[in-house]
Amino acid sequence: MAAQIKAKAQPKIKSQQTSRMASDGRHEGYLRYARFRWLKIAVILSLLMIVSYFLIDVRPRHNGGSWYGYTLGTIGVLIILWLTMLGIRKRTMSNRHWSLKAWTSAHVYLGLSLIIIGTLHAGFQLGWNVHTLAYVLMMLVILSGIWGISVYATLPRVMSANRDQTTETQMLASLRSIDRQLHDAAQPLDQYYAELVQTSLRQNPFGGGIFSRLSNQYPRCKTHKAHAEFMAITGSSPQVGEDPMEKVNSLLGRKKAILARTRKHLQLKSLLEIWLYVHVPMTFALIAALSAHIVSVFFYW
Amino acid sequence: MGEAFRVAIIGSGPAGLSAASRAAALGLSHVLLEKTGHLSDTIYKYQKGKHVMATPSQLVLRSDVDFAAGKREHILGIWDQQTAKNNVNVRYHAEVKEITGDEGAFTITLTSGDTVHAETVILAIGTQGNPNLMRCEGGDLPHVQYSLDDPGEYIDEHIAVIGAGDAGIENALGLAADPEQRNVVTIVNRNAEFTTAKDANVKALIAARDAGRIIVRTGTSPSKVTADSIIYDTPDGAMTVQCNRIIARMGSAPPRKFVEGCGVDFTSEDRVAFPVLSPLFESTKAGIYVIGALAGYPLIKHCMNQGHDVIEFISGNTALKPADEPILEAKFAGLPGRKSVDQWLEFLRTNITILNAMTPLQMREFMLDSDARFYRAGETIFERNDPGSSLFSIASGSVQVLINAQDPSKFAAIESGSIFGEVGLVSGRRRGASVRAGEDTICVEISRSAALKLQSSVPAAKRAIERIAVQRQLLQLFGSGLVAGDLDELLDRYEILTVNAGAPIITEGDEGNDIYVIRQGSMIVEKKIGGKHVFLSYLPAGSYVGEMALLGNQHRTATVKAAIKSEVIKLPGSAFETLLAKKPQLLARIKTDMASRQDINSFVEARKDSFSSVVDMYSNVANFLVENGIGEATDVLLIDENLCVGCDNCEKACADSHEGLSRLDREAGRTYAHLHVPTSCRHCEHPHCMADCPPNAIHRGPDGEVFIDDTCIGCGNCQRNCPYGVIRMEAEPPKKPGLLSWMLLGMGPGPGEPSKKWSYKHADKKIEKPKKAIKCDMCSGISGGPACVRACPTGAAIRVSPEHFLTVSRLESSTD
Repeated sequence: MAAQIKAKAQPKIKSQQTSRMASDGRHEGYLRYARFRWLKIAVILSLLMIVSYFLIDVRPRHNGGSWYGYTLGTIGVLIILWLTMLGIRKRTMSNRHWSLKAWTSAHVYLGLSLIIIGTLHAGFQLGWNVHTLAYVLMMLVILSGIWGISVYATLPRVMSANRDQTTETQMLASLRSIDRQLHDAAQPLDQYYAELVQTSLRQNPFGGGIFSRLSNQYPRCKTHKAHAEFMAITGSSPQVGEDPMEKVNSLLGRKKAILARTRKHLQLKSLLEIWLYVHVPMTFALIAALSAHIVSVFFYW
Repeated sequence: MGEAFRVAIIGSGPAGLSAASRAAALGLSHVLLEKTGHLSDTIYKYQKGKHVMATPSQLVLRSDVDFAAGKREHILGIWDQQTAKNNVNVRYHAEVKEITGDEGAFTITLTSGDTVHAETVILAIGTQGNPNLMRCEGGDLPHVQYSLDDPGEYIDEHIAVIGAGDAGIENALGLAADPEQRNVVTIVNRNAEFTTAKDANVKALIAARDAGRIIVRTGTSPSKVTADSIIYDTPDGAMTVQCNRIIARMGSAPPRKFVEGCGVDFTSEDRVAFPVLSPLFESTKAGIYVIGALAGYPLIKHCMNQGHDVIEFISGNTALKPADEPILEAKFAGLPGRKSVDQWLEFLRTNITILNAMTPLQMREFMLDSDARFYRAGETIFERNDPGSSLFSIASGSVQVLINAQDPSKFAAIESGSIFGEVGLVSGRRRGASVRAGEDTICVEISRSAALKLQSSVPAAKRAIERIAVQRQLLQLFGSGLVAGDLDELLDRYEILTVNAGAPIITEGDEGNDIYVIRQGSMIVEKKIGGKHVFLSYLPAGSYVGEMALLGNQHRTATVKAAIKSEVIKLPGSAFETLLAKKPQLLARIKTDMASRQDINSFVEARKDSFSSVVDMYSNVANFLVENGIGEATDVLLIDENLCVGCDNCEKACADSHEGLSRLDREAGRTYAHLHVPTSCRHCEHPHCMADCPPNAIHRGPDGEVFIDDTCIGCGNCQRNCPYGVIRMEAEPPKKPGLLSWMLLGMGPGPGEPSKKWSYKHADKKIEKPKKAIKCDMCSGISGGPACVRACPTGAAIRVSPEHFLTVSRLESSTD
């Protein structure tokens, strides 16, 4: 019978079509990935290290040069090298199945476990030498990583709220548009006020260096200055008709508002990135110090 | 006593004119009766300077009157001149009131009271006398008109042209041609596609739209007309627009009453059915012949050929073959058995159910766009996952649909007369199963455009296709051992309803026990709890609803409304009850579904008491997503902005997985409660982009992905048609140096889409790379799955189908 054709001859219904991307339809952050799988692995690993540290009796005392120390050291360096690979993994779009989220999750928890592994490897012996340098660099990398986790946990929602469905491109475009309007509106003004507007137009509103960017402080902002002066003139008089001063004043006010949002956006973006400028170079310094550390221990043999 | 003639030709359009000229040339005594004071009133009424086309171009013209594409005035001039030269006996101002008598002695009574006697009568009256009227409220107002003589006479007006056939498009183009007239011209098309208009006209319209000269509204129909405005029913809801003049060009129906009064039968009761004709154009009333638009074919060239041929037939030359004979002969050459073209046409028409209602004339025209194929037993007709949007119909033999791709012994048979492959027609999906010939089989492969044309011009065919599609959908949906025969009562009584976005099909508290099956689009289920509408669930196309009131004998327990413009099959409750009584297995199945739905309802209600704000949030998020077109999505990228750190690794991964171009814009798009819908393809159930792709380059893949293949010509129609702005027109950038060269040596632009500047600088200047349309293909062919999701370091990006995202389990996890 014509009508006896079953599912196969029919279009698959939607739920079947998307089965390739099995997903439970929910967002799951990298920290919670697979019900904290890597947290559990890292905790077990660390506990194993701590327990074995106390169970294994190394004479005269625990140090990096014992067989136990070498074992911890080898594990530690392998983990460090693997963690460094995240930078490559992130940028290599191979076709196989992998999840960067899983990598990040493992990166975070295994990285934290290095605090234990590294310290036990050193047997709490620190001093002024290349070995301790490697240890300190590792701790700095881990600390910057913790800083990164904390900004990743808090800032995205702030950025989303500040953005309010506009994109960076749109923010910059509306700034340009306001600037054009300001330029036209300032034509009928006195030389002094026209120049005041010009200073706002000429200034790069995002200049002021890294400090301004990160702190969102722009004390030399010409737009603020110009707006304050215009407010002083126009603030007391009621807004009537086509007063060019009023028009420029309201345009400056709008520019200030857009600037505030854009600067906030850039600040948050920088804060989400700046820690990487510590984390990544420190990692390379760590690998260099680690190499020196490893090469030097061979001389002890 | 009036004059007596061998032939009386009524109507002096291209058909009548050509017939009269042939009669004059053969020396047949004839009269050409014309209602007005000039020849060819329909073309005379075309707007000034209109370019008249001569399609189909492969058809040769066979007439004593010349015709080639050109301006209306030029063509009318030639016809006037040649009619006079050919000594045609024209009688103007002769409107026919009645035809009585029989073959050999017809009496034609004119409205003037005169009579004309003729042995045979040729009706060439066309259909323009009876335009289809605006049937909405206010359609009878004086500023609604059904023709347009001179588009130059209107200035400074808001004009709506209703109907996007050739006449409508030409009127709209004429009104908008001169910007000095400052007319705001809108053309309104009921469908999403322009199926009835000529290709050239559609192209001109699209060009005018893109130039901003004409507003084109598709999927829209007028719902009310007032003195200075018109209310449209659009896919997004009702819309009121200023309007000073309405030009309704919604086609025309044959002047059936008059024709039936002459004793001529029609093929069916359909309002737009055509007279029953023999291959010699003779109607059921011996001696009355019907040609031209009234016979079912509106193109000038065909009409003129028919005029020539009918006179030849009447004068005894019955062996004359129509002008398209050689084309059709070639089409049937590969079929077994020796049949003439006419026999083949009749064979196909009578054997294939959906073609039954066609006239022989329509069959000829239809076969020009279709192909007849012969398959030996066991031969494969198409394979699963083959691209293909054509519809197949079986004229003889049978085919087997393989149920299991691995096991060729399992199949379902489709018998002679039926159709298959109709799914490709609807949604452009790939073939869902392999089909092979069960025995020696003759099929007609109907191209997508021919099938759409068939459905729009032959309502009976549309219903036949629809009935088969509905039957198969119901069988698939309900399963439970149902066979086709069980559904007969339902299939006789089902209705297909179009529901606009936001309109309810079921309202909470109402009476009613009909079952609804969602055929297109999607629905949301809401319940009023504590004065607020709470979102209960999302129903994608292919689900059914309404069983609670039927089984529970109660009022409707929730409101079901369309998320986007949708189509539902309404099954009468009583008929469904009968079916349930016969099929306990189905009843059990429905009861299970109902129980799980009731569980969800009571769960939400319980939560509403204790976690009111969480439930409200869930409802609001669901409504936000539905507002943003998730209702027509099959797979959508959603970003949780609590997790997104803005690294744009998703965009970079997308670009690096696809020729260096990103198909998504992470930052753009709407956000609600930190849930962000970025600008990225949602793989709509009925993709807007597919609606108007000249090379037919947009398809749906096996995993539901909508993708554009290499045949893209870069016209940009899909980009314009996409309401979500997810299609880009870009040329492929040059190849970048590898990742390590970038990391270690700083070569190349690094991961992600290279800047325009870099691409320009490094492009191979010798090869011009054209801009083509690019869009998300859901990373089809990439075994790891969508790159954007895999490359997200924090888990902010997921791709989901809406029904997976909008489940009540979200509520469960956030309140537990």
